[in-house]
Order: sequence, then structure tokens, then C-alpha cells
Amino acid sequence: MYGLEFTLNGARTSPEGFGPTTTLLQYLRATGRTGTKEGCAEGDCGACTVAILDPDAPKGPTWRAINSCLVLLPTIHGRQVVTIEGLSEPNGPVHPAPAALVERLGSQCGYCTPGFVMSLFEACYRTDLDRPERLDDQLAGNLCRCTGYRPIREAAQAVAGLRPSDRFRAALEKAEAQRRSWSGEQGGQRFFLPTRLEELWAIQAQFPGIRLVAGATDLGLEITKRFAEPPLLCGLEGLSELRGCRAQAGHHHLGAMTLLADLEDYAELHLPPLHRMLRFFAARPIKNRGTLGGNLVTASPIGDLAPVLLALGAEVVLTGRAGSRRLPLSDFFLGYRKTALGPGELLSEVIVPALEPGIRAAAYKVSKRQELDISTVSASFWLRLDPTGRVEDLRLAYGGMAATPCRAPRTEAALRGQPYTEENVRRAAAELERDFQPLSDHRGSAWYRRVVAQNLLLGFWLETEQQPLPQLPTRPIGTVTPPEARR
Amino acid sequence: MNSPLHRPALHESGHRHANGEALYVDDLPPPRGMLHGLVYVSPVAHGKILRLDVSAARALPGVHAVLTAADIPGHNDIAPVGKDEPLLATDTVHCVGQHVALIVAESLAQARRAQAAIVAEYQPLPAILSLKEAMAAGSYLTQPHLIRRGDVQVALQSSALVLEGEVETGAQDHFYLETQVALVVPEEEGGYRVWSSTQHPSEVQAKVAEIMGLARHQVVVETPRMGGGFGGKETQGAHFAALAALGAGATRRPVKVWLNRDQDMTQTGKRHPFHSKYRCGFDRDGKITGLWVETHSDGGWSLDLSRAILDRCLFHLDNAYYLPNLHFSGRVCRTHQPSNTAFRGFGGPQGVAVIEVILERAALALGLDSAEIRARNYYGPAPRDRTPYDQEVKDCRLDRIHRELLLSADYQNRLAEVAAYNQTSRYQKRGLAFQPVKFGISFTHSMLNQAGALVLIYADGSVQVNHGGTEMGQGLQTKIRAIAAHELGLLVEQVRVMTTATDKVPNTSATAASSGADLNGAAVKLACETLRERLSPVARSLLGIGEAEDLSYQGGTVRGGGRSVSFGELAAVAYARQISLSATGYYRTPDIRYDPAIGRGKPFHYFAYGAAVVEVEVSGLTGEHKVRRVDILHDVGDSLVPTIDVGQIEGGFIQGLGWLTTEELVVDAQGRLLTHSPDTYKIPTAGDAPRDFRVALLTGAPQADVVHGSKAVGEPPLMLAIGVVSALRRAIDAFRPGAEVTLAIPCTPESVLRAITSLETHESGGNTRAIAGSAGIVI
Ligand SMILES: Cc1cc2nc3c(=O)[nH]c(=O)nc-3n(C[C@H](O)[C@H](O)[C@H](O)COP(=O)(O)OP(=O)(O)OC[C@H]3O[C@@H](n4cnc5c(N)ncnc54)[C@H](O)[C@@H]3O)c2cc1C
Ligand code: FES
Ligand code: FES
Repeated sequence: MYGLEFTLNGARTSPEGFGPTTTLLQYLRATGRTGTKEGCAEGDCGACTVAILDPDAPKGPTWRAINSCLVLLPTIHGRQVVTIEGLSEPNGPVHPAPAALVERLGSQCGYCTPGFVMSLFEACYRTDLDRPERLDDQLAGNLCRCTGYRPIREAAQAVAGLRPSDRFRAALEKAEAQRRSWSGEQGGQRFFLPTRLEELWAIQAQFPGIRLVAGATDLGLEITKRFAEPPLLCGLEGLSELRGCRAQAGHHHLGAMTLLADLEDYAELHLPPLHRMLRFFAARPIKNRGTLGGNLVTASPIGDLAPVLLALGAEVVLTGRAGSRRLPLSDFFLGYRKTALGPGELLSEVIVPALEPGIRAAAYKVSKRQELDISTVSASFWLRLDPTGRVEDLRLAYGGMAATPCRAPRTEAALRGQPYTEENVRRAAAELERDFQPLSDHRGSAWYRRVVAQNLLLGFWLETEQQPLPQLPTRPIGTVTPPEARR
Repeated sequence: MNSPLHRPALHESGHRHANGEALYVDDLPPPRGMLHGLVYVSPVAHGKILRLDVSAARALPGVHAVLTAADIPGHNDIAPVGKDEPLLATDTVHCVGQHVALIVAESLAQARRAQAAIVAEYQPLPAILSLKEAMAAGSYLTQPHLIRRGDVQVALQSSALVLEGEVETGAQDHFYLETQVALVVPEEEGGYRVWSSTQHPSEVQAKVAEIMGLARHQVVVETPRMGGGFGGKETQGAHFAALAALGAGATRRPVKVWLNRDQDMTQTGKRHPFHSKYRCGFDRDGKITGLWVETHSDGGWSLDLSRAILDRCLFHLDNAYYLPNLHFSGRVCRTHQPSNTAFRGFGGPQGVAVIEVILERAALALGLDSAEIRARNYYGPAPRDRTPYDQEVKDCRLDRIHRELLLSADYQNRLAEVAAYNQTSRYQKRGLAFQPVKFGISFTHSMLNQAGALVLIYADGSVQVNHGGTEMGQGLQTKIRAIAAHELGLLVEQVRVMTTATDKVPNTSATAASSGADLNGAAVKLACETLRERLSPVARSLLGIGEAEDLSYQGGTVRGGGRSVSFGELAAVAYARQISLSATGYYRTPDIRYDPAIGRGKPFHYFAYGAAVVEVEVSGLTGEHKVRRVDILHDVGDSLVPTIDVGQIEGGFIQGLGWLTTEELVVDAQGRLLTHSPDTYKIPTAGDAPRDFRVALLTGAPQADVVHGSKAVGEPPLMLAIGVVSALRRAIDAFRPGAEVTLAIPCTPESVLRAITSLETHESGGNTRAIAGSAGIVI
């Protein structure tokens, strides 16, 4: 028996007959829940947004808006899901999220609307939407082609943090962390959902080379866009031991299965450059599913966390049945989408040295569109001055400039030991020409990447001359905010 | 009292949008036995089909049919205007994504396997992939269209300032959130019922009939609503309906053709790229003396609506300004790209962009601010009241809008603030610009300016309204319901606006050209008037009053002589007295004509006006930029439903903003679109909208001869976003005052950074980006 089961709009549901790479969106629409729409099947439009209850969230159980187009059914085994249809009950009160949108004419054609409603639904139960940039981020995952967004934003503002005393709030209060292992097969595809590492080792021993899936926000695209039918998949969803962040002995231990949204919260307190990068990283529904580990293991040249973690001097912990090994992140990336992960290994943890007082560090991301876009160029810089104001040590890391995210050794050398002045920074930046030979593509030309790479270093100097860990303003014009514009 | 007209209202479907009940074509419960159609498309930009073997595909499990041109029972043509577009390619393919075969299978997964099993060989032919290549090769779809007045040459010789240059605007994908879709069910008598996401059900009906070799009365097309259209479903929805019909015909089962986003973006046409060369003269005061423009558009591989789109571009090269001498010529080029099509503004934005670029350049050269140079050039009293095509500009509201908007936007003070900011900020600069618009309302193909309605009153007094317009989010049904409720004196709840269907109102025009409410609203009004005329004698007899006494229809009640009767009672009595309770209404726009041979006429019923003040800020380090604030004052006459109109203005502006800033379609050297999904094609997000966005409607400005004094609103506000380009130009100028600014559209961060560095602009729309200049920190 298939035995896959989850709670959908309050009712226990077993998706019999749907293979393990069926997406939640496909399942919903195939079973007549057509309020949830498909606009892209790649996490970029938000028309498919639904909410899932995350019982293990660091701040306590929470509803999360997620893109159902990238959710593989087995990964929600045992979970509670709410779709647009679940917000209204016959003769029941209208939920504040849809009501707020309707009142302000936040829908025109209405195709984006259920998705926005579900993003607003998450906003309703969040307690931390007290800052405008967080509200922006809450909306960035939903595209609307009809309205000018003004009414939608007003609606979001009206409902953020309302926390109505309703059945959804009650569900949060009742939620308890529980994971259940599952495995199943259908149509020649097998899926495993272990809850402990030992189970995983056993599965791997039985099926060497089995693909691992974390949030599926990267791997899912192979299925939804390229129609791959992987025969063997193992979800890491249930491995709570890999989730969460903690500080210990001058280091931050970041679990590989930490959701990007949770990482963002943790980084805000402890690792400002990482937090800054996550501000314009995908959008809320992706950050609610995607993980730190998945981001690094893709080893994409434009993965955004890698440059930051390289600059911060992170190490990765690779764990297999036989034990763990630790290596610098820079040794983890071997080439274009290639990592040092050995057979039967997974990335379990990322360890980042805490930022000592006085360290200057920041992160930058330039893309065609500020929100929900892939980097054209990204960069992160970390720098320590000696008491005389000379650069004692530094790490300059870039994404989008080479086949993997990597550091700029010649530029680093040019600045090391020099007084931290505009002139020296400009001179060192010229060395980037020798460090990188970027390519042209549809995101930008090689010329643009080269110039921006240099300008970002200058921008870093502008920002950090006075302030060691500059934050992004609420609504930045661009990725760099010179002090003169910071008012 | 009680009339819903001219009052704020919620969107008629708002609640259903927000609770997921609103049904779109793909949401309809699948009819029993429904199959899925998947289109096999050309992988090459231009080629002869040497071999097309679908036998292996046909043999796969779940596959019911694989159909090619030879399987079309009727006439293999889907072109809306020319006869130049086969539904399925015959011997030659003309673009990547052109339809070649239709696979019909039980599931899409099975259809995809069949697709992979199709064996095809193409002999590649030389392909023209960009507008510039087409211009160089002399590859055209039309003859030149000329509009002339006076002698530009002479005017330029005596001008104080002459500007020359080129303006290129790029393609734009509609990116309606609902992709193209149609569902066709075979019916009795060999006919078909079609559910289509289309702005033009009558054309879908005609095309399905033509493809299937049927008379039109055998085909019924219904359009429940669209998840956005923006012009992209004016002609091109027909392809997918016809394909679904073909599949349904071959299998005698219901067939749905639904495109995923990648398929939609690669198979359908876009907003036309335009390339315009100009020479423009100004006198010392900044008044235009003469304007010469030669423009070319990229029509793609077939004509579609390109001719009318080019015409509208020429009709809007003047935008809001009187041009004493002018010479405009325009021609549609043919490239090996999907056939470009209607998109909100329909050539108008591409025309307006040209003159606005010229004016902003001139303003910088002459030391005038952005509003001042425009004010000096507005249409005015005779002789400054004649458009290039010699239509009189009556009741021009620009002076008033200009005055009111400068005040409400605090323009003068903000000019000073921006200047002060730019003085002290080295790496970030601001720009403030003023952008007016004048937009001609009517289909320029005059015959299309007609509409029909069918209004049904049931014996309990409830009402159904049918008309030819389609709802794509623009709020047409909300307006129609308000009009019908107003005419019959009902509450809006008593009126239901029905799904658009070709068996209710025949021979309708597309819902396009911003004219949906003007035309269909007028037809509905006429139908309601007819019904009232029939009801009134009954009402008078019920109320016991004579012909001379007043009768009022309001709020569901009919009153007269101090007595009243409910509309429901009235309907019941009328029915009992054998009075017909259904009526049609028919409206045509009076006095519209244009003669392209001489470039003269009155193509428009009237003009819509508006203006915006736009403030931007630019990073000199990366070229990233943000719109800080936008103030808009727009003329919608006496707004039928002001909340709907404000939504159209805001949405139009943001869509224009996307076209001009982030939306970039990039094609590779083989003619394949690289940016075919939102991963790489970036429409504005919430964060791109100006945080400070103030939209107001011009008050006390009814429009004569339009339904209830209203004006069209769908397209005109899109052009207000061109002010963003002007504002960016000003901000860029602030980095290097006095240096000529060459700013490529779309103004991506890269385009802006290039402008700041005064480097050659890159080739957009090709993979061949010219990499000019050396790299280095730029400021
Ligand atoms: C709309 C959208 C926007 C995006 N925007 C950005 C962006 O702005 N910046 C950016 O950098 N990325 C972006 N991404 C990419 C992606 O979301 C991130 O890389 C994300 O962090 C991937 O995590 P995941 O858990 O979803 O990985 P998955 O898709 O589950 O896995 C990715 C790969 O990593 C492997 N893997 C996952 N976890 C482990 C582990 N612990 N050990 C070993 N192998 C593992 C999987 O086998 C798979 O091969 C975006 C994606 C989408 C769909
Ligand atoms: S369908 Fe677009 S995000 Fe899921
Ligand atoms: S209302 Fe049409 S896409 Fe948002």
C-alpha cells in the first residue's frame, strides 16, 4: 500500500495513484482544487502558492507560504496543507486575507489572486512583519501582471500579524513536531523519506547513488521543467537533526537542512552579510522550502550563499556512514556544478567563524530585477584592519564571474598590507581584470560583469569606511548604498 | 440616488477571484473522455521540411492522433488579416516555435513521449533573426505608409536646434498569468463548442469554422474570463482553439490544448520591436519646427495585426504635440520570429517613445525642464489643433492636466530638491521628468467600431446581460453591470453579466483598443432603453399615471405619481401582458474614417489624455535604479466606475515600466528565445512599483458622445511610463552634465551603466552584445 498521507484543508488525504514525483500543484488541480493556479511551474510567479504548517520552526509552529509547483507529494507526508479553497467554509466567516484584497480591488483578472491570498495568509499569522522590508519580501514571490501592486501591498499591510483567533491559529497552537518515515513506489519510481541518518545510510547502502532531495527548489525544476522521471529519490525533509543553527565556541553551526527563511532570521542576529544576501534571494515561498545545503550542493556559479560563506571563511561538514569530514568551503567546489561530496556522503553542516568586533564585511547582489532574480554578479567581502588602518587580512569572493563562486586572489594580494583607502581599493579593484574572465549571457555582458565587480569593491569601501557591518536600507536603490545616500 | 454609475465599486468577480471559485478555461471540469493536445513545433528558425514522420509517435500508448497539415479538413489558414499563416506548417517553417503537428493523447506525459518520437528533418534556410537584419535585407511584410505635412527639410534648415538619432524599443511578452488555453467538445450535427481564453470569440468561431470546413453557425465559442490578455489573446488565442478543434474532430473526443509558460512564450508573438530614425528641428524656445521619422517594426514571420499596429505607431508619433511640418514613413519588416501581435497600446507606445526621447534630449540641450518643453509644444487653438493625419484635436485637456498636476505633484519644489540632492550625492543621482499622453480611441480599422448586446429580463425582474466584450481583468463586466443597473433602475445584485458567447451576440469585434466599455456599454445601454420603452406603458398603467407624468427607475423600484411598483412586479405584469422582455442593442461609432493612401482622415472618435510626474534614482556603481515617486492625473471623462479606472491606470503604468526597464527578450544565434520563463524574463514585482504612487482622475470632465460621458482607459496610461526613461536620462545626465546621453531601452541596470559610461549601447535582443570600451571603475 502506498500509505502516503497528509491533511488537506482539514481533511486526511491519501493521494492514491499519484506517483512520487507528482507535484502538489498537479495533485490539487487533478483532483478539482483548481483555485490554485499554475503560472510557471518553476517557483517564479507565485500563482500556485499554498500554505503548509511547519511544526518545527525555530520560533514555534508557523504557517508557511510555499510554491506548490515545486513540492513533491512525498515531502509533505504527515503535514497540514491549506489551499485557497480551505480558507472559506460554507456560511463561515470570510478570512481576512481574501477580504483585504477584495476590498481594495487587489484583483483584476484574478489569476494571481489565490496565490497572493495565500502569501497574505502567511502574513496574517506571522509575528515578525513589523518592518516594511519584511512585508516587501512577503510579496516578492507573487507576480501580478494586471494591478500596479499598490492595492495588494495595502492589503498585506492591513493583515500582517493580525493572527485572527480561528481554526488556523488553533492549528498552530495544537501543532506538535512529529516526523514519520515513509517509503513508497509507483510507476517505477521509488521515494524514501527517512527520519534518522541511520535510516538514510541503510537506504544509501541498498541504493547507491540515490538522489537526495532537500527543499526541491532546485531539483524540482528537473521534474517540472525538463520532465525528468528520476527512479530513486530520498527526501531529507524528515532529518530534523540536520536542521537549525547554533553558536558554539566562536563558531556558528548552520545545519544543512535549515530553511533559508530561518537562516535569514538567524543571520540577522549573528551574520549580517549573510542576512543581507538573503534579503534579495529568491522570495519568501522559495526561502520557506529551500535549504542552505541545497544551495551549496548545487554548486551553481550563481548560487548566492557561496560567495558570502567563502568570504566569511566557512567550512563544510560532509557526513557519510563512516563518519564526518570537515573541509574549507573553497575546497568543496571543484568545478562547474561539481562538489567534493563523495559517494554516500551528504552535506550536514556549515561552520562559520563568528564575526570578531571590527571586522568589515558585507554582501552584494546585482540582478536585472532587484527582487526574485538570479544574480548577474554577486560578491561578498570580509576584511580585517590592523591598528594602523592597514588591511591585515581579507577575503573577496564573487559569484557569476567564473565557473564556480570563488575568491579573487590577485585582488586580495593587491590590497593585503595596504592602508584601507579609496585610492588603494581602486587600484586593487583593477586586478579583478586578471582574476576573472566572465562570460556574456542573457543576464548581462562580460563588460557589465567586469565593471560591476570592480564597482562593488569600491562600493564596499564606501560603505565600510565608517561602518564595519553596513546593513541594507529599507528600500535600497541598488545593492550598494553609499553613506551620502543613507538618509 | 442608488445608481451604481460613477461610483466606486468592487470588481464584479473580486470575491470569486479571492476564494478560488472564479473559473478559467483550464479550471473547467474535464468533460468525459477529454484528451490533451500538445503542439509539436519547429526547432529551426527557417527551413524546408524534408521529412516529417509521425508514425512512431502515433503508435505509442495513450496516443490517439498525431495530426499534420494534411489532416486539416477545412482551410489551413489562421491569419486574422492576411492569408499568410497556416495553422500547421506545410512545406516550410518560418520561426522556432511554429506549429507543425498536434499530438492528442490521454495525458500530457504520453503526449510528450510521442513528441520525442516524431522524426523530422529540416533543410536550414537563411534566417533573419532581428529587425536590423530585416531592414538591411529589405525583408518586408507591407508597403510603406506615409503621413506628410509641410516641408520638413526647409523647416529643419532654419531651426535653432536639430536633433538626429535613432530610437529602438524592444519586444515585450504579454506574460498574462493565465497561459493560452482552449477546450473543444464535439457536439451534435458535426459542430463544436469551444471554451477559449480569447479577447475575440467571434474570430475564434470564424477560424475554427474555417479550419474545420464548417459554417460558423456550427461553432459556439464561450469565454468565461481570461487571466489577463493585454492583446496577446486578440488574435493568437485562435490558434490553440483551432488546434483543439482539429484534435476533437479527429478523435471525436473533447480535447484541451493548454500551454505551459515556456511553450506560451516560445510559440506566441510579442509586442513589436520598433526601430525609428528621426530628425527633429526646434526653434530657440524649444518649439518643434519639423519632425522627420522613418520607422520599421518587426512583424515576425506573418502579418497578423502588424499593419494596424504600425499605423497606430504613426498616429502617435505626435503624442501630445503640434507638429507644423512632418514626414512620417513606416513599414513592417518580416523576420523569422513568431508573429508579433497586439499588445496594450498597439504601436502607440512605440510611437510616443520616439517623440519623448527627442523632447527630453532637446530639453537637456536647451536647458529647459521636462515639463516646460512639453507645455510649449501641446496642441492648442487653430492652427495648432491639427494632428499629422489632419484630425482636429477638439477639447484638448492637456493644459488643464498639466497645470493641475504640476501643483499636486509639487513639481517646481521637487525640481529644486532633486538638483540639491544631485549636488551632494556623488554615486547616486535623481531625475525628475514630466510625461503627458494623448491617445486616440477607436479601432483604426473603422469597420470594427461596432458592438451588440442582448439583455434578458426574467418575469421575476432579474436580468441577464450579454454583450460581445470579454473580461480579462480590466473590469468591463463591472462597468457593464453598472450601466445596465443604472438604465433599468436596479441594484447591481439584480443584474448578472453572462459569459461571453457567440450564440448570444454574433459578429462581435475583439475586446481591444481600449474600446470594450465604450462600444459594448453603449450597446447594452441601447438594449436597456428599448426594454424600458416597452416596460414604461405597463408601469404607467400600474401606477395609474399618464404619458406626461415622470416615471423613475431606481434601486429596483419604479416610481411615478407618488406611487411605486417593484421592478419584479412590473416584469411579471409585463410578461402576463405578453410584452417581450428581451432586446438587443447595437452601437456603431459615428463618423470614423481614414484613407491610408493620402494619410488623412478621422481615425479616432476622441482622444484620452493624462500626464505623469516621475522621479527616479540611479546608482552610478551598478546602473540599478528605482522609481521613487509617481504622480498621475488622468482623464477618463466621467468615470463609469472610478475604482476600476484607477486600477487600470496603475496597472498600465507598471506594465509600461516593465517594458521599458526589466523586460528583455533575448534570442540566440539560431533564433531560439533564451528568456522563455519568469526565471529569465523579468516583469515588475511589487518592489518595482513606486512606493509613493499617487493616481488621480481628472474631475468634472465628461466626454461628449461616449457612454455616460466616460472615456476609454485600458491603454493610454501605459505610455505614462515613458516618463521613467526621461527621468533616467536626467539622472544619467547628472553624472556627467552636458555629455550626450545614449540610453538603450529597456533601461536595464546594464543599459543605464553603459549610458553613464557613455559607452556604445549594446545590441539588445541578440546574443551578440557588442562589448565596447575597457572595463574600469566608471565614476
Ligand atoms: C524561483 C527560484 C528562485 C531562486 N532564487 C535563488 C537566488 O536568488 N539565489 C540562489 O542562490 N538560488 C536561488 N534559487 C535556487 C534554489 O532555491 C536554492 O539553491 C536553494 O537553496 C536550493 O535548496 P533546496 O533545498 O531546495 O535544494 P534541492 O533542490 O532539494 O537540492 C538541490 C541539489 O542539492 C542536493 N542536496 C540538497 N541538500 C543536500 C545535502 N544536505 N547534502 C547533499 N546533497 C544535497 C540535491 O540532491 C540536489 O542535487 C532559486 C530557485 C527558484 C526556484
Ligand atoms: S506556478 Fe509559478 S510559482 Fe508555482
Ligand atoms: S490580477 Fe491579473 S495577474 Fe494579478
